[in-house]
Amino acid sequence: MSVIVRQDKCTGCETCVDSCPFDAIEMRDGRAFINEYCNACTTCLPVCPEGAIIETEAGAAPSDSGTKFADYRDVLVFAEQRDGRTAPVSFELLGAGRRLADRLGSRLLAVLLGADEAEAEELVRWGADRVYLCSDPVFRRFNDDTYAAALLRIIEEQKPSIVLAGATPVGRSFIPRVAARLRTGLTADCTSLEIDGETGNLVQIRPAFGGNIMASILCPDYRPQMATVRPRVMKRGRYDEGRTGEIINTGFKDLESRTRVVETVKEVSEISVNLHEADIIVAGGRGAGGEKGFKLLRELAEAVGGVIGASRAAVDEGWVPYSHQVGQTGKTVNPKIYFACGISGAVQHLVGMQSSDIIIAVNRNPDAPIFNVATYGIVGDMFEIVPMLTARIKELKGQS
Amino acid sequence: MNIIVCIKQVPDTAEIKINPETNTLMREGVPSIINPFDLHALEAAVRIKEDLGARVTALTMGPPQAENSLREAVSMGADDAVLLSDRAFAGSDTWATSYALAGAIRKLGADIVFCGKQAIDGDTAQVGPETAEFLGIPHVSYVRKIEWIRDNTIRVQRLMDEGYDVVESPLPVLLTVVKELNQPRMPSLKGKMAARKARIRIMGKADIDADEDSLGLKGSPTKVKSIFAPETKAGRMMLGGGPEEQVDTLIKELRKIRCL
Ligand SMILES: Cc1cc2nc3c(=O)[nH]c(=O)nc-3n(C[C@H](O)[C@H](O)[C@H](O)COP(=O)(O)OP(=O)(O)OC[C@H]3O[C@@H](n4cnc5c(N)ncnc54)[C@H](O)[C@@H]3O)c2cc1C
Ligand SMILES: Nc1ncnc2c1ncn2[C@@H]1O[C@H](COP(=O)(O)O)[C@@H](O)[C@H]1O
Repeated sequence: MSVIVRQDKCTGCETCVDSCPFDAIEMRDGRAFINEYCNACTTCLPVCPEGAIIETEAGAAPSDSGTKFADYRDVLVFAEQRDGRTAPVSFELLGAGRRLADRLGSRLLAVLLGADEAEAEELVRWGADRVYLCSDPVFRRFNDDTYAAALLRIIEEQKPSIVLAGATPVGRSFIPRVAARLRTGLTADCTSLEIDGETGNLVQIRPAFGGNIMASILCPDYRPQMATVRPRVMKRGRYDEGRTGEIINTGFKDLESRTRVVETVKEVSEISVNLHEADIIVAGGRGAGGEKGFKLLRELAEAVGGVIGASRAAVDEGWVPYSHQVGQTGKTVNPKIYFACGISGAVQHLVGMQSSDIIIAVNRNPDAPIFNVATYGIVGDMFEIVPMLTARIKELKGQS
Repeated sequence: MNIIVCIKQVPDTAEIKINPETNTLMREGVPSIINPFDLHALEAAVRIKEDLGARVTALTMGPPQAENSLREAVSMGADDAVLLSDRAFAGSDTWATSYALAGAIRKLGADIVFCGKQAIDGDTAQVGPETAEFLGIPHVSYVRKIEWIRDNTIRVQRLMDEGYDVVESPLPVLLTVVKELNQPRMPSLKGKMAARKARIRIMGKADIDADEDSLGLKGSPTKVKSIFAPETKAGRMMLGGGPEEQVDTLIKELRKIRCL
């Protein structure tokens, strides 16, 4: 598939030039021309007022994934553990994986390294048909080499069609090595995964350019199709107490790691607030004005049982430690409720929180962009609104 | 010691706007910058040079105009600058980018390769680890502190969800870095002069012994099928009235959907 400009129809209006996310349209002799940076994404097609940009089949390798990849069937989930306990993101991946496997009529496999049988059984109840379990303590601590080698071996044996992993520090670090070795595609931080009805390919949707646009990505000519998913993006499936499945104890000999973890340090205190897994986040920005504003936010957080988040402006001012920062250079969060107080809603902040279920924005400026993503918008002074809200919620909780 | 820093020239995503009518990106006038994480990578390399002695090479793969970011890197202390540029590289996804970068790094030789944690245009954080795999060397991601380098070993702190790991690796190694690692310096006057005079070495596909089928759009396993504007959430509601009324309505709404 490729995209071309019909030179007879192009009027040279340049409308299409800016529309291209890849900067692949340039003007040559007063006509639009598509250069080699084109990804054939077809964004420019509807933009052209003359309908001069068209898609052609020329040069396209026919994708015969149906027959070529007949061996590759199952969906495989890498289930991550921390201190021997399955990480919550694993259950979400099983939810997504189950849906895809049902759609494909295939099995859902899970790989669990460094945990015990009881944890593996949980994975079955969350939807896995078969769990490859390796309880070897060498996997307790995360090392890229050992994790990559183990997962690689299981993938090579089982030939799954789809491999999913969490976009956590662990997944984001070693999964790319596995993809590189398998000579296959890996799509980071997917927010949606679907099966294309016609081709059976995995359609992977993810934000790009700082969340300004969404891209739909395929891996049509290589297997497995690999994707990472951020915690709290996918819904868990149904937990079934009585569900049964296979647990296969796997051992790996001669696994060696070139890197060595000498020590694992937990940073307790406020810094270890696990924003990723919080149900409610109360976030403040420059509008909080200082420690005083954050004190009000902390009181609200306490009342609703939430944790404190912050914009970069608030972190840069030194009101809150960096570990609380939400956004492109901070954390991506996905709570049920996100309070944004005194935050303008710059795209770099939005990318980190806009998939929250409910967003409540409090801002003095009615034109603040945060209101574009807010489920509930309150135009007002947070120094007035927040204490009032805290008081009302406390009152309610006192009653029940 | 040879250190290579991989830097990427990216559009400043803070400046990108969406055209509300066509739902497409408006790129006009959007400045190009060095990916912010890569500045921290460069700073780390220059500090090692100052402490232990090293030769620092900035490497970027991109179109000819990416040369600007290489000059900026020289102004901040890089000794050499390499532009990996070839029409054949166009349209590379992370797999093909890493493949090409690894080819160049192999040719140049390095004891430490630095990358940023992620690039702000793609946000994938995949190029570092994939490049390490192609090079056949270990990597450590999210380095927030370098504790020491001696006897061909490096000890670093790797930022994790709930704290950090102290990790040792033999050299050569590839490190991806986070912002806590350091504060990048401003270019010095001397640096700016050096940048103006710097000779940029250009490498193309013939210089990295690449397999043609692994390059660019053709070599990329992932394909962008379409690009569209993020949907804005339905059910937006601005709460009217004075402060008390607004708080009241909010509480009612939250109770209605059983959030309180
Ligand atoms: C490469 C890059 C990465 C970035 N990464 C991040 C990131 O990860 N996270 C992030 O948050 N930002 C990030 N930023 C910064 C981002 O662009 C914005 O500058 C930042 O988010 C602004 O923070 P803010 O909304 O708190 O401050 P401002 O934009 O100053 O907004 C303050 C808001 O508070 C309102 N206000 C003031 N007083 C009150 C009051 N009493 N009551 C109610 N409302 C009030 C104002 O109307 C205003 O809307 C990044 C920028 C760049 C260039
Ligand atoms: N084209 C490129 N040229 C040089 N370095 C790159 C390039 N693309 C990515 N990198 C490096 O890889 C890191 C991660 O990028 P990404 O995987 O795209 O998020 C960046 O911070 C850079 O250090």
